[in-house]
Amino acid sequence: MNTMIKEKKSNQKNVEQEVISAELEENNMKVRVENFNFYYDTTQALKDINLEIKANSVVGIIGPSGCGKSTFLRCFNRMNDTISSIRYEGKIRIDEKNIFDDNLDVVDLRRNVGMVFQKSNPFPKSIFENIAYGLKINGIKDKNFIAQKVEESLKNAALWDEIKDRLHKSAFALSGGQQQRLCIARALAIEPEVLLLDEPASALDPIATAKIEELIHELKKKYTILIVTHNMQQAARVSDYTAFFMLGELIECDETNKIFTNPSKKITEDYVTGRFG
Amino acid sequence: MERHLDEELSKLNTNLLKMAALVEEAIHRSIEALKKRDKDLAQKIIDDDQEIDEMEIQIEEEIIDLLALFQPMAGDLRLITTGMHINAELERIADLTVNIAQRVLEVADQPLVMPLVEIPRLANQAKLMVRRAIDAFVNQKEDIAKNVILSDKDSNKLRTVIMKELINDCMVKDGTTAPRAVPLLLVARDLERICDHASSIAEDVIYMIKAKVVKHHRERL
Ligand SMILES: Nc1ncnc2c1ncn2[C@@H]1O[C@H](COP(=O)(O)OP(=O)(O)O)[C@@H](O)[C@H]1O
Ligand SMILES: [Mg+2]
Repeated sequence: MNTMIKEKKSNQKNVEQEVISAELEENNMKVRVENFNFYYDTTQALKDINLEIKANSVVGIIGPSGCGKSTFLRCFNRMNDTISSIRYEGKIRIDEKNIFDDNLDVVDLRRNVGMVFQKSNPFPKSIFENIAYGLKINGIKDKNFIAQKVEESLKNAALWDEIKDRLHKSAFALSGGQQQRLCIARALAIEPEVLLLDEPASALDPIATAKIEELIHELKKKYTILIVTHNMQQAARVSDYTAFFMLGELIECDETNKIFTNPSKKITEDYVTGRFG
Repeated sequence: MERHLDEELSKLNTNLLKMAALVEEAIHRSIEALKKRDKDLAQKIIDDDQEIDEMEIQIEEEIIDLLALFQPMAGDLRLITTGMHINAELERIADLTVNIAQRVLEVADQPLVMPLVEIPRLANQAKLMVRRAIDAFVNQKEDIAKNVILSDKDSNKLRTVIMKELINDCMVKDGTTAPRAVPLLLVARDLERICDHASSIAEDVIYMIKAKVVKHHRERL
């Protein structure tokens, strides 16, 4: 298999767990979405999604408002579970494990799959505490370790140099872009492997946006990243693969340069060239 | 849905068409000048080239604006980058007509070394290839572009015929013909190059339409 993410035929038969594990390992697939359907009550928000994501790649998710991008993203850490009357069918495998398995610990899952939202949402605490908090609720008590981890996360989020002298000031004193990077640092502190970003730069000015984009480029060395973005140019700049959603369906997922220079489907072409009206 | 970008793209098309018309005219006039050994016409080609140079710069600026302001994607992107390439190719073709005009100035005061039969044929071929390549671009016609590329070998053959004639029938037989024969050799070479540029435009048109690179890969045609 050459393309690292492949839309699979929905009629493909389920194969045995071992075969999957072997194949996942062989292809370095981090995530595999299989015949996935999602419903809010009676409305189907995601329709038979099949997608594979290679480790340490960035997948940009694009599509018109309401096409199910956020819903899709929130499946990966089971954030949708908090909504009553939702229902899903199919599987999402991270490494080899189906995240909907009965014996899966959702707390573990969320530790492994970090999420950052469109609106930065720092806690009403100091910069330091914003990051330390996640560590503490995960049972870490060693103060030196926490301090070290806070520094490391802030450095990884490209924020350290800007705020190292005011770690104990309120997080609300930071600019929008800094708050967003703080939220990324907070997500990184608990050492996830997969990072979900839902329009992380849509409320930011161009300079702050550029910093977030640079950061994503750095972060993919360590993490597998799914990013929802309204900004097509942003998807083009930051993602290795781009998935185009429309009315709950995954229309096309391919290498980003392919999607933006020569998409296979006419409807994708119409979307990326702004012919939707 | 008619987009603002569509309006800009149709302006770009119009400008490239204008430029192509000027270039075609320059090819035509360069051969007329040679046939009639008309120094005034040759000089006019050289002088008028400035207009084409300026047009190239203007179109290039427009294209850079389109890229910066619209950040085009997919088919739009391929169309605009193809337009950029065509613009540059047309300008080079115009430069070759200037070369030809300069050769005309060199030979105009002397008798022709041989009757002009094949050179005007090659010139016609060049003009036709340029026109068809532009037509393929404007009307997004893959088959026309393909034919332009395939017809390029005829122009190579024609050039070889001309060169053999000039070398074997003139220069080898009588070395003193060289000052009159060499400029014609250069004219044939320049005309053949014009055909190459037309062919290169056609290759880009196929890329634009099919997103398939045929440059250096004729087997993909
Ligand atoms: N909590 C919810 N309850 C019911 N329907 C929802 C909920 N959240 C989203 N939806 C619906 O699901 C569809 C997909 O929404 P969403 O995933 O937010 O799209 P996107 O992120 O692409 O804009 C929309 O029709 C939306 O109205
Ligand atoms: Mg959303």
